[in-house]
Amino acid sequence: MTEARDYDSIPGTYVYDARRGRIGYALNMFCMSLNNPTNRARFKANESEYLSGFALTPEQRRSVLERDWLGMLKVGGNIYYTIKIAFCDGLTFQDVAGKMSGVSKEVYAKMMLEGGRSPEGNRYKDTEGQHHG
Amino acid sequence: MARIVAGIACSHVPAIGVAMDKGMTHTEYWQPLFKGYQPAREWLAKLAPDVAIVVYNDHASAFSLQIIPTFLIGVANEFPIADEGFGPRPVPVVVGHPELAWHLTESLILDEFDMTIANEMPVDHGLTVPLSITCGRPDAWPFPVIPLCVNVVQYPPPTGARCFKLGAAIKRAVESFEADLRVVIYGTGGMSHQLQGERAGLINRQFDCAFLDGMTKDPLALTKITHSEYMREAGSEGVEMVMWHVMRGALDDDAAEIYRHYHVPASNTAAGLMILENGSAR
Repeated sequence: MTEARDYDSIPGTYVYDARRGRIGYALNMFCMSLNNPTNRARFKANESEYLSGFALTPEQRRSVLERDWLGMLKVGGNIYYTIKIAFCDGLTFQDVAGKMSGVSKEVYAKMMLEGGRSPEGNRYKDTEGQHHG
Repeated sequence: MARIVAGIACSHVPAIGVAMDKGMTHTEYWQPLFKGYQPAREWLAKLAPDVAIVVYNDHASAFSLQIIPTFLIGVANEFPIADEGFGPRPVPVVVGHPELAWHLTESLILDEFDMTIANEMPVDHGLTVPLSITCGRPDAWPFPVIPLCVNVVQYPPPTGARCFKLGAAIKRAVESFEADLRVVIYGTGGMSHQLQGERAGLINRQFDCAFLDGMTKDPLALTKITHSEYMREAGSEGVEMVMWHVMRGALDDDAAEIYRHYHVPASNTAAGLMILENGSAR
């Protein structure tokens, strides 16, 4: 289950498959705990201490504390889970999407209002390059 | 005999629920989307179904990564509203239909669909946003609901073809229920969107419109779309559209499109709505 997949050629995309499932479990289960309001308060009161209750790798821990949204995906974060950290911060999906794609909130919102990111030039890593607006 | 009278395909963007809960539906941003929902509300109120089956995915609300059911049916008397990380949505509790739900469960499993059974389960925006879109903001939902969850959070989701066959099995199961119930089935999620990575914000209007057309022109051809094609063409979360096939598979071959609405953007997503009616509804 570790061989290359055909969807690996999609640029800027981190599919939560078996390979990520094997490294992301603890990180995502930490995110899941934030569904509980008591846990949200505990996390906000002392993030570092709260995270000690979960078996995160140093890099997973760093990515959470620094709100490195893209970094979280690279170490096994699943967007449906990591977004709960953003909700805890009072951010929206669109705020986080802008940060992951490396543009300001305003630029990202304008792109969406103009019909979103085009698939043209964004289907394959090799032949078309990455994430044009 | 119970029968399925209509299908509703509907995106379940969480921001649509937030816009309704916070009374923002008349803003410049949201008004064009909500205007297109009004005819669907009027149609559904007139149809007044006895029960709805809502096919949706849980978003790390009822289920964590601890246990990931591929297909699950809710058989409870009622389903509370989940706290997804910012408090539960202020919408009515979802009342179930245990009698039909248990009948579906037994029928589906004996028909070789190995359903997971949920006796207790909170429901999240995947289920409540389509209800809000099509019913507005009532004090109580106008009909009981049977939740049917499909995993799309951990790759791989079930294939489109498998989802369509589940729909066909649901149709057989409904039609073997003795009471004379008129049932609607929702297929939710999609349309094109990508919430993650540098490619976040991808929208593919051409793909979405062809998909909407295909729901009546050649639904079986749509079931052959691979997960990679969904993700490449319609964004990584566009793969949610497999859930539309469950709805389509539960309808008659010659179900007719009677309404559609398509709008970009709803937050990060292309929002689609389509109503399909069986001959028995007309």
